[in-house]
Formats: sequence, structure tokens, C-alpha cells
Amino acid sequence: MKIRDSELAAVGVFAAIFVVGLPTANALGLISDYYLNLFGKYLALAILALGLDLIWGYAGILSLCQAIFFGIGAYSIGMHMMLEGSGRGVYGEPVPDFMIWNQVYQLPWFWKPYQYGAVAVLGAILVPAALAVVIGLVTFRRRLRGTYFAILTQAIAFAAWLIINRNEMKLGGTNGLTDFKSLFGFSLGNPRTLHVLYVLTALVLVGAFALSRWLVRSKAGLVLTAVRDNERRLEFLGYDTAHFKIFVFAVSAALAGLSGLLYAPQVGIITPSQIGVLPSLEVVIWVAFGGRGTLIGAVIGAIAVNWLRSVLTASYPSLWPIILGGLFVVVVLIVPDGLVGVGRRLLSLLWPRRREGEATAAAAPMKEHVI
Amino acid sequence: MAIGKAVRAVGFAVLIVVASSGAVHSARGGAAADLEKLANRLADPKTQARAFQSLAENADPAIEPLIRALKDGALYRLQGRLVMLADDGSLRDVAGQAVDGTLPSGQEAVGLDEKLFGVVQRVLERFEVLSASREVRRAAAVKLGNSGAPTVIPLLERAREREQDPGLRAVIDEALAKLQLLSPDPAARTRAVKHLGGLKSEAALSQLRAMLATEPDPAVRQEVKRAVDGIDSHIGIRNIVGYAFNGVSLGAVLLIMSLGLSVTFGLMGIINMAHGEMLMIGSYTAYVVQEIVAQHWAGYQDYYFFVALPLSFIVAGLVGLALELGIIRFLYGRPLETLIVTWGIGMILQQCARLYFGDQTSVNAPTWFRGGVEAMAGLIFPWSRIFIVGLAVASLIALWLVLTYTFAGLRVQAVMQNRAMAACLGVSTRKVDAVTFALGTALAGVAGCALALIGTVDPEVGKTYIVDSFMVVVLGGVGKLLGTVVASFTIGVFNKLLEPAIGGTAAAVYAKVAVLLMVIWFLQWRPTGLFPERGRAAEAT
Repeated sequence: MKIRDSELAAVGVFAAIFVVGLPTANALGLISDYYLNLFGKYLALAILALGLDLIWGYAGILSLCQAIFFGIGAYSIGMHMMLEGSGRGVYGEPVPDFMIWNQVYQLPWFWKPYQYGAVAVLGAILVPAALAVVIGLVTFRRRLRGTYFAILTQAIAFAAWLIINRNEMKLGGTNGLTDFKSLFGFSLGNPRTLHVLYVLTALVLVGAFALSRWLVRSKAGLVLTAVRDNERRLEFLGYDTAHFKIFVFAVSAALAGLSGLLYAPQVGIITPSQIGVLPSLEVVIWVAFGGRGTLIGAVIGAIAVNWLRSVLTASYPSLWPIILGGLFVVVVLIVPDGLVGVGRRLLSLLWPRRREGEATAAAAPMKEHVI
Repeated sequence: MAIGKAVRAVGFAVLIVVASSGAVHSARGGAAADLEKLANRLADPKTQARAFQSLAENADPAIEPLIRALKDGALYRLQGRLVMLADDGSLRDVAGQAVDGTLPSGQEAVGLDEKLFGVVQRVLERFEVLSASREVRRAAAVKLGNSGAPTVIPLLERAREREQDPGLRAVIDEALAKLQLLSPDPAARTRAVKHLGGLKSEAALSQLRAMLATEPDPAVRQEVKRAVDGIDSHIGIRNIVGYAFNGVSLGAVLLIMSLGLSVTFGLMGIINMAHGEMLMIGSYTAYVVQEIVAQHWAGYQDYYFFVALPLSFIVAGLVGLALELGIIRFLYGRPLETLIVTWGIGMILQQCARLYFGDQTSVNAPTWFRGGVEAMAGLIFPWSRIFIVGLAVASLIALWLVLTYTFAGLRVQAVMQNRAMAACLGVSTRKVDAVTFALGTALAGVAGCALALIGTVDPEVGKTYIVDSFMVVVLGGVGKLLGTVVASFTIGVFNKLLEPAIGGTAAAVYAKVAVLLMVIWFLQWRPTGLFPERGRAAEAT
């Protein structure tokens, strides 16, 4: 019980820092708008990490196409913002500028629904979920599990990346969507809009965290943990594991879409480079770095690795891939339970009496499952 | 120096032509007189232009030396006669017979009007079909065939009589047939159409198509239609064969790569995402060897490949061994973790290569790799691609022999089938794992070395093949040689056949996506691949 309390306390501290602390510091002039925006980006990505943690950390299924879901969310809202700004571009045409470069003067059919903000927001969440259900149906229902699922989703991410890079997809090709002017009528040039977006992102993250926490503690969550630890036994007990897997995959996809939805307006650009194999794998590293199988770990990992990236790409751009690659190796080999695990071990070193309680409450017995 | 040599060689060739054609023509006394008359008209500035105009239709090889001498400024007047100064300093008359006497010093050559240079050049080009160089003769014959001037027929016929090379004779025949399509005689046209149709001549296709509309004789038109249809269907078949061959060569690369992947996946449950970087290491080994050979043994550049191929096997194998001993062995039985770790290793290797070698470098294929085998009319299989297919087959056979007939191979199989039992019976599973992993990466190195022959070497090369290779493993069934072979070539050939079928600039992208969808669809009814594991081993994956 104590551990749970401390976990909740940690979450409370986090929430207080990010929802109240940072905006207050910004209002007092202690941190600049730039940093607030940067953290807004990290918090949006933390939602993506939460989604992956649900499916990988709890259900033990490694999905390597989370970036597609994230991309769908980001492109949805991006398309809406492009259309909001249409007519105000360089050419004054009713279609986004990049279409003019490609000799497209009519709005493509699939862009039309995104004129409505509600469609863009709902589409950003529901389309990824629907796609996840489709992928889940053709994989989980056929008992393609573990490694096959990872390899296939990776190939799907690769294919999606190849396709979205093409100009004839009318999604901006390699340049992606950018030059957003306003969101729901609020100018993105106005710092107030970005402040509101930050607070919104922080609140959504808290909401997503609460939802995930509720989910993993529900009966469905227990079944998912059982899928991770011994799927075959669960099947013998009469559970149709495919249903649970498809469900959690859809939830994680919806969270990824939500993450993209909040990410694009704050960063102001979405390109194919954020969709594909490497971005999908990076999410895995955030979660592993923070602590797989603990929700707070996913959030910490996403913020920490992205902050590290911002710092290091600024000073050593050519070394970043090597550092990131090194992180892949070091995290898995040396700290498999991530920052949260290290923190727990430090705590138990400081207060050895707590060790016993920890052993039972540790959220994730992660080793020893051959998938 | 080299240029001087070449000039002398050409001069010598001209001399031979001069001598031989002269000999033939001296037999015909009347012809010699005609030649003399023509020479005088050409030499006179007043009649020169008109004489050349009349030459436009003349394709008599006998006049070639005369015109060449006029162009080169080697035609002189000596005691009222026109003589040509040969390269060796001797004098000859216009028919090529030696003439006694010497030119007084300061004697001026017969002039050629500048405005006529173009005409002279065109007249001379026709005679290239009699040149000593095979390539020049071929080019000239093709050019004459396309000239649309039936007056050059006698010249071509002459060239055909003298031609020794059967391949070139066929080229001349084709050119002749194309010219005879213009003949006023329907029988000659029919013969030409039939000849071209039989040859499946792609070069004549547009001319034949045009004839469909203009041909007055219905019988000939019928024949033309048949020939056009024949050539069209030939081109269709040839294209498909060409695409299929490209697919086979892609399949070969995938095969060499997937062999290692499949065995390590099947044996150790390792998803090696750095396998693509092992291929990259092979490519860069080839590049480095080439650079070193070019620097120190410039004369042996054509043979660097014999060193590069085994060396890339060894280098990639050693890197693989180091990886296995240093990192992979801590991760056995945790395939998803190996995926993440090896991806990270791949990123590091890739970035190191980028920092050290830059973004793109290329390997020059040895000269004896250029060119290829003409598999069908107009379809060439390049040696480099044939070599890759051969290499894939050789690797496959070697691996199969090792696995089946050597003691080490039997150990590998034993561990693959039942690790615990093999360990109980005294097989050192650790050693088997390490060596097998190294063997797999070494094969990827070989694939990279071969790939360097047909494309550029860049740090991303591994990433372009890794996803396809895993599709091969998934489709073929883990750890199955036969499955890997079938899946590699299926994916390779499907990919390359789909590309033209889809068409457009993005065909390669959509073909890849289509292949992926097909693999997923296939897995719907064979979830463990073409050749699944049976029995207890099936539980492990």
C-alpha cells in the first residue's frame, strides 16, 4: 500500500509541476515562452508513450507502428489548420500552397471533411483506433503473435512512410504540412494561444494517465498482464485473448492519435520523418528508458529522452544518432526496468525495510517471458 | 602519345582500304577513266560544288580515297595529273596505283571549298561501313539502314560481301531490309518485311508501323501487319523476361541476406536489425579494398574484387562475432529485446559510416564485369547481376552442405531442434550460437560486397533491404532454408513484375506496399509461413 501511495504522490507532484508550476513560472517570467512550448511538445509525446506502454508494458505486445497513429492524428489537425489558413497563402488560392506547386487546384476529396474542426479532432483519435482494429483483426485473430507482430507492424510503418513521402498522396510529400496560421480561429502567432495549448496538453496528459491507470487496474488490465506473462495458459482458461489484444491496440492507437493532435499545433510542422520505423522505435526507447510497465515511467521516459534530444542535437547534431543508438543498447542491457526501477532500487537502498513491500507491489515482472 | 597512335592506326586502316579498293577497280578500265574524270571535276574550283551534288547519290566505294585525300589536303596536281599523297609519303593516282616521281617543295594541295565540308563529311561517313574497326562498321551500317536512301544499297551489299563477322552481317542484313522496305517492287518489300519480322527487329518497328498506313499493296500490308504483331509480342515477352530477371537478381540479394537472418532467428530467437548494417560493412569493405588497390597497385584494379569478396565475408563475420560475444548473448530468449538493441547498434554503425565515409561513395565494377549476355534480341543480362545470382546460389549450396554434411552443421541443427537436449548431449550451445551468428553476418557482408557492384555504397543501404529481408523470413518460415529460398525469389520477382504493372514514377513504392499486403494476406491462412515448424518446436515462436 505504501508504494502505491508513493506512486500516487509522485504522480501528484508531476501533475502539479507541469499543470500548475510551469505555467506559473512562465507567467512570472522565470521561464520563456520557448521553453514552455518545448515542454508542451514533450507532454504531447508523453501521451504517445503512455499508449505504447499500455500495449507493450502491460500486454507484452511490441507494436512498431505507433508513429503511424501519431502521424494520422498530427496530419488530421494539420489538414484542418491548412484549410483554415487557405486563401491566406502566397497564392490566395482556396487550396494549400503546396498543392499549387504540384498543380492541384481542386481540394482532394479526402481533405474536404477536415474543413470541420470536430471531424479533425474526432478523426485524429478514431481513425487510428479503427486502423488498429483492422491491423489487429488480420494479425491477432490469426494468432500472429510476438515477434511476427513486431516485424509486420514494422513493415507497415515502413510502407506508410514510403507512401506518405509521395507528392501524389497530396499530403505535402517530404515537406509535410507546415505554415499553420491559426487553430479554431485563434492565431498561432499569439503566445496566449500557445499557453492555452500547453495547459490543455498537460490536462489531457493527466486525463490520459488517469484513464490508463484505471484501465490497467480493471479486470481487462489484469487479463492483459496475463497475456504478457502466459498467453497460452490464458487461452486454456477460456479467454479469447485476441479480443483483449485488439482492444488494447485500439486504445494505444487512439492515445497516439491524441498525442499527434496536440503535437502538431504546438510544433507547427508535421513531416513524414515523424512517421515510420525509427520514430516508432524511439517511442519504445522512451518507455524502456523511463520504466516499462509503469505508467509514470512512460511519461518520465518520454520527457527525459526528448529533453536530452533537444539539448544534444543542438550541440552535437552528428553524434545524436550514436547517442540514441547507444541508449537503445544500454537501456535494454543494463537498466531493463528503466529510471523508475533505478529509483525504486535507490529507495530500497535508503530504506531497506521497504524492500519486502516492493517485491509484491512491483507492477511489472518483466523478464522470463518468451514470446 | 595515345592519340598519335590512334591517328596512325586510322591512317593505316585507310591505306588498306585504299589499296584493296584500288586493286579491285583497276580491273575495270572504264571505271578508272570515270574516276579520273570525276577527280578532275572535283579538283576544279568551278565545278567542285556541282560535282559534289552529283555525288550525293553515289555510293561507289572506289571514290572514297579520292574524297578523303581531297578533304585531308593530300590531293595534288603533278604534271597535269591528280595524285594523292599517302601517309608513307608515296604518291598514288586517283585509282590507287603507285606513281613515280616526287612533289616539288612548296606545291599547294588542291583546295576544298569550306562550304562543302559538311557534304564531304556525309559522303565519307557512308564509307565507314567498310572500316577496319568492328564498332565503326556496326554504327555505320545502322546509320545507313536508317538513312532512308535506297542509293546506299549497293554500298551495303558490298560491305556484306566483305563482312567476315556473322553478327555484323546480320546487322547489315537488317539495315538492307529496312532500305528495301522503300523499294518500288512489292516482292522486294515483302521479302524485306518477312526478314525484319523474322528478326523481331525493334529498330524497324516504327518504320513498319508507318507502312501500315502508307502501303498500297494489300498483300504486302498483310505481311507488314503480321510482322508488326510479331515484333510487338516479342517485345512484350522480352520485357517480362527482363523484369523477371531483375526480380531474380533482387531475390538473390534478399536470399543471401535472409539466409543469415533466418538461421539466427530460428536458432537463437534473435531478430537482428543490424543485419542490414552487416551488408553495409561488406559494401564498404569492397570500397576500401578498391581504394587501396587503386593507390598501391594501380595495374591490378581489375582484380581487387577477388580480395574484396572474401575480405568482406571475414570482416562482417568478425564484426558479427564481436557483437554476439559482447552484446547479443545476454539477450537469448528475448527476441523483442534483441530487436531493440540491434536496431540501436545498427544506428550507431550507420552513423559512424556516415561520419567517416560521407554520404555516398561508389565502387567501380571490374572491367570484365561490364557488358553482359544477350539473352534475347535486345535483352542483355548484365554480368554483375548474373554474378550476384550465382553468388546467391553458391552461398545457399555451401550453407546447405555445411549444415547437412559437416559435424558442426549437425550440431547447429541439433541446437535448433532442441536446445536443452543438445546441451545435455554435450553440444556447446554457446559456441554454436556464436559461430552461427557470425556466419550469418558474414553472408550479409558477402551480399553487401556483391551489391556494391550494381549500385552506390551509402550508409542507408542496409535499411533498404532489412524490411524486405524480414518479410522473407516471415513468409518463408523461420529457420527453413527451402522456405527462405522460395520466399526470397517470390518477393523479388513479384516486386519487379509489379513495378511495370503499376507504372508511374512511384511504381517501386507501391510495388513494395503491394508485396507487404500480399505477405499479410498470405499469413492469414499460413500464419507461420510457407514451411512452418511442426510439433513441439512450433511452440517456441
